[in-house]
Amino acid sequence: MQLFSKAFWLQFSSPKAFYPFAGKLIPWFTALAAVFAVVGLYLSFFVAPTDYQQGESYRIMFIHVPAAWMSMFIYLVMCIYAGLGLVLNTRLSNMMAAALAPTGAMFTFLALWTGALWGKPTWGTYWVWDARLTSELILLFLYFGYIALQAAIDDPQRAARASGLLAIVGVINIPIIYFSVQWWNTLHQGASVTVTQAPTMAATMFAAMIVMTLAFWMYTIAVALVRVRQLILERERHAAWVLELAEAEK
Amino acid sequence: MNWGSFADFLAMGGYAFYVWGSYGVTALFLLIEVVLLMKRRRTLMQRLLRLARINREGGYESKT
Repeated sequence: MQLFSKAFWLQFSSPKAFYPFAGKLIPWFTALAAVFAVVGLYLSFFVAPTDYQQGESYRIMFIHVPAAWMSMFIYLVMCIYAGLGLVLNTRLSNMMAAALAPTGAMFTFLALWTGALWGKPTWGTYWVWDARLTSELILLFLYFGYIALQAAIDDPQRAARASGLLAIVGVINIPIIYFSVQWWNTLHQGASVTVTQAPTMAATMFAAMIVMTLAFWMYTIAVALVRVRQLILERERHAAWVLELAEAEK
Repeated sequence: MNWGSFADFLAMGGYAFYVWGSYGVTALFLLIEVVLLMKRRRTLMQRLLRLARINREGGYESKT
């Protein structure tokens, strides 16, 4: 069975083999992202009912919560790749970690931005230094630190090691964000959706949020694959196959 | 159906600035990321083509 042989999986850890494989996946994830976005936006605006307390302003939730989830999830995935890169010294894992960081930073910013715009009509303020908001802001700075550190070191191996270590130390911030609403008295509300309990909202609202999350997730995979392919070409630019590929695509 | 008319939809029950400010900026950021990636790919390909040409013509070790 091909799927159970080690050689079958190892071939994808080589940048040269992964490059065309990733290229084949990109259109599929792009299409999935588009379909989920259309369905998710339809559910968000036309199926989910008006909230009896917050009126229409609560519709911000359908991008705020998915963006916040993605900001934490991407960071965790980035750390797994960085950890693999540190332990196994595989170049491709380091490139995957680097490819995820800008998109993670973007979703962190969007979580903060949409949160501010939701906070104003519901709390009366755009910003408050409560534990949830502050730890999410720290997450944004961690992403920035990771990207800046990587850009500051010329040697890709050393850059990956230094920034990977920073990312892994920073992972402590993820449980702090997640549990902040339980550990401290925050203006930010507690979780409406948890793994152990049924969601405390209408089923259509819950569905809209999940489908929007899937849209962001598929988008992230597509964009990260595009970016990792560029990183592969940049870092392997002295290899014959890269130059041949560039000439073939002209 | 939540909306009586298109104007109703745009008004978002008086929360237009907050709702469209959130969705608009999100859409804008996703778009910018995609455009930047496409531009980066074009620059990268031009650079690789230059490298390939140098290799073919002179064959000298280039650090570019």
